[in-house]
Amino acid sequence: MSAQATSSMPRSSMPDITYNFAYLDEQTKRMIRRAILKAIAVPGYQVPFAAREMPMPYGWGTGGVQVTAAVLGPKDVLKVIDQGADDTTNAVAIRGFFEKTARVATTTATADATVIQTRHRIPETALNENQILVYQVPIPEPLRFLEPRETETRQLHALAEYGLMHVKLYEDIARHGHIATTYAYPVEVAGRYVMDPSPIPKFDNPKMDDCPALQLFGAGREKRIYAIPPHTRVHSLDFEDHPFKVQHFAKPCALCAATGVYLDEVILDDKGGRMFVCSDTDYCNTRQAQGHVGELGVPAEDAA
Amino acid sequence: MSHPAAAALSAGFDDPVFDAQASFRAAMWALARPGRVERLDARLAPPAPLLPEAAALALALCDYETPIWLDAPLAAAPAVGAFLRFHTGAPIVEEPGAARFALIADPRGLNDFTAFPQGSPDYPDASVTLILQVESFGKSDLVLEGPGIKGTAGFGAAPLPVDFVARMAANRALFPRGVDLLLAGAGGVAGLPRSVFVKEG
Ligand SMILES: [Zn+2]
Repeated sequence: MSAQATSSMPRSSMPDITYNFAYLDEQTKRMIRRAILKAIAVPGYQVPFAAREMPMPYGWGTGGVQVTAAVLGPKDVLKVIDQGADDTTNAVAIRGFFEKTARVATTTATADATVIQTRHRIPETALNENQILVYQVPIPEPLRFLEPRETETRQLHALAEYGLMHVKLYEDIARHGHIATTYAYPVEVAGRYVMDPSPIPKFDNPKMDDCPALQLFGAGREKRIYAIPPHTRVHSLDFEDHPFKVQHFAKPCALCAATGVYLDEVILDDKGGRMFVCSDTDYCNTRQAQGHVGELGVPAEDAA
Repeated sequence: MSHPAAAALSAGFDDPVFDAQASFRAAMWALARPGRVERLDARLAPPAPLLPEAAALALALCDYETPIWLDAPLAAAPAVGAFLRFHTGAPIVEEPGAARFALIADPRGLNDFTAFPQGSPDYPDASVTLILQVESFGKSDLVLEGPGIKGTAGFGAAPLPVDFVARMAANRALFPRGVDLLLAGAGGVAGLPRSVFVKEG
């Protein structure tokens, strides 16, 4: 084994510590890369891989981090979001991890990123064909709550036997009058595999359909990688008499007046005051900078 | 490099980390956008008849976990097997059915796909990736459709097996089982994953 030398990072003025580029050793990256290629070839199918321990807890998206580490190159520009925000502890930690181990450029602007790692949201800004969206996935198996045995779920996928999932959704309708699932709403990919889109709000599901970007999903604890190639049909499961519908918000964003975007509730005081604002902070900030003002917003030129 | 055989062998990647990453990314986009030729800047001089582009994919993707099968023209050149073993650590296997990667210098003489692992219903990923060496891309005499393609896309590469369209149709009919193809040469790589529908143009 001669050619498997690690690249000596850093290349310039930092202390003389040898990192593997993007933390993972080359053999691990190759294994993950092979899993990614098979995941792309069989859209929506969960490819098992030998996940590695990462220097962060599982809840922090180790699966997504490993996928990002395997695809990342020196010319990439990385964006990391958590619940739509670039500045949460989790997003800041992951961004810092790759700044340090891969020395890649980072950004908060969706349009400037080549790789976007995300937990719980798809950006509001439309993605383009040169982007890779990497999802952090806690539970990759959409059938897990219906059938706990891995051997059984694997067979159900092999047979495309998804009746259980339809029964579950239909029970929702019987009980609530509508499908109550609002997060991790199951999708059928390219007319074949039923897939868990990770705990994004179902509001984001339509963005997965015919998306020009490549979508990769990494589950660290359960050691699964799956993918949606660009321009692939992604259909949210539904019924003829109960078609899939996304959440609808009564009012525009209180800060930037955006409509047709996913809003978070923000508590303003202990007297019940609250407002609804964009969950995608980059999108909201960009709109405010462009001069859009919501009912509780401050015009950009007046802001401190 | 202190390995005694090193002097007799062609060099591997200049930069094992970044060249492997770039080669992988080319293969990744190639499979994600079937038929679109991705640029593959293979700075390698492997022993003939192994092409630099195919060698770059093998060095980026293969290791001791991935047995490689070589077609007759490649197997007939001992330097090719030695090069691959040395730079990847992958075992070279005689049986196509044991291969995770297969390197094909002469696509016209390619074995039937069924000679290679096609995955199982439970584990469709346990299948071969075929790396076909081609001389050129262009002359879109095929039409592709499927995941990764907006509408349809024209595609052409040469040489390909004469019964290529029929083979790809049989491969698609097996989905989610099947083999995945990377076509490498002429400074690029194109992907034809098992999900693609291939028709005569
Ligand atoms: Zn807003």
